[in-house]
Amino acid sequence: MDFSTITSYLPLYKEAFLLTIKIGWIGILLAFVLGVVSAFILYFKVPVLSAIVKVYIELFRNTPLLVQLFFIYFGLPKLGIMISAQTCGIVGLGLLGGSYMAESIRSGLLSVSKSQLESATALGFSKSQMFFLIVFPQMFTMSITAIVANVIFLLKETSVFSAISLMDLMFTAKDLIGLYYRTTECLFLLVIFYIIMLLPVSIIGTIVEKKTRFGMYGD
Amino acid sequence: MNSIFETFGFDVLLKGSNMIRLFEGLLVALKISIISVVISIVLGIILGVLMSLKNSVINAISRVYLEIVRIMPQMVLLFIVYFGATKAMNINLTAETASVIVFSFWGTAEMSDLVRGSLISIPLIQYESSEALGLSKYQTYLYVIIPQTIRRLLPLSINLITRMIKTTSLVMMIGIVEVLKVGQQIIEANRKTSPNAAFGIFATIFILYFIACWPISQLSKYLEKKWEN
Repeated sequence: MDFSTITSYLPLYKEAFLLTIKIGWIGILLAFVLGVVSAFILYFKVPVLSAIVKVYIELFRNTPLLVQLFFIYFGLPKLGIMISAQTCGIVGLGLLGGSYMAESIRSGLLSVSKSQLESATALGFSKSQMFFLIVFPQMFTMSITAIVANVIFLLKETSVFSAISLMDLMFTAKDLIGLYYRTTECLFLLVIFYIIMLLPVSIIGTIVEKKTRFGMYGD
Repeated sequence: MNSIFETFGFDVLLKGSNMIRLFEGLLVALKISIISVVISIVLGIILGVLMSLKNSVINAISRVYLEIVRIMPQMVLLFIVYFGATKAMNINLTAETASVIVFSFWGTAEMSDLVRGSLISIPLIQYESSEALGLSKYQTYLYVIIPQTIRRLLPLSINLITRMIKTTSLVMMIGIVEVLKVGQQIIEANRKTSPNAAFGIFATIFILYFIACWPISQLSKYLEKKWEN
């Protein structure tokens, strides 16, 4: 291992790291919004929309992100839908994540028992109070574990972006290995940056999971 | 009709043996995932049982191992094994062997966590009741504990299979000619005659993966519902 090589590569990796983080978190935000919307459509059994959401969830949960990205990035332009690699990455991650988030949030919603809603009605809570004070906190404690797992999964999936020539960490590592053949240093930096990106999320996730446990009803 | 077919680039599928080539590509990916699944299940069960024994040394090692798998993207692991390890240790691995190693490494961690989870989820009272009923230790495990563990474990491990199949699409990045790579080759070869092939080919691959994974995940859902209590 040659440390002068590492320091000379560092700026390149830092740039790629920031790009990966940016795309990753925007994608996750999109996934969360999409997941919440889909979960509520399914929960309230909205006529036509819930059928569409069901198909969407099954389609995206049962195909790899790489295939989805190839379809969006190389396939859709043939129909005149042209988007940049960055947008494609965000959209792909958002769609994939949305289908996972939807399932987690929906199971959280379903776990709030009927008697909770009935008791709230009996106590004279309004519909919005019922949602924000009764349903949402319980739903959140139930699904937070799955949501954190999804966030980690999605951040890991960003490594696939290099396939559509987004200059992310993986792409940078591959490029530098190809150019200078300094495999050990390149892979070392790659691992370090992924640890920086994911270890805090993993640790925070474990803490949040422990902290929210006490909020569970009847457990 | 024919022109619509061409606009969406599906015509290329019927040319020569393109469709069969795509299937063969998918089989390459499926083969790697099936081998890795079998290895992961065997090793995962062993490790999971060891982890449930609450030995502090085993626990410390397995915690580190699980955390590595939890935060390292499979793609990074693939690169480390295929490019890094081969160079550092001066051994020559084929891309297939490297991917089986990586996916088994990842799958074993996932599987062992599932096994440990379902083993510790069996309440203590089950053991105590068996003892009160005069069952021997061997009978307790055979008739009481293992059947219940399997009911919790099976849906989750079937789910792991679909995840394994989806993840093996990454192997194209280390140069294995699987379905995506075959698709690219077909698109390149027919660039002049069917310029819209990219849409048709990638849509087909999308559907192929769906057909491969969807029945398995439905089975897992069905078993989970059936054995809920």
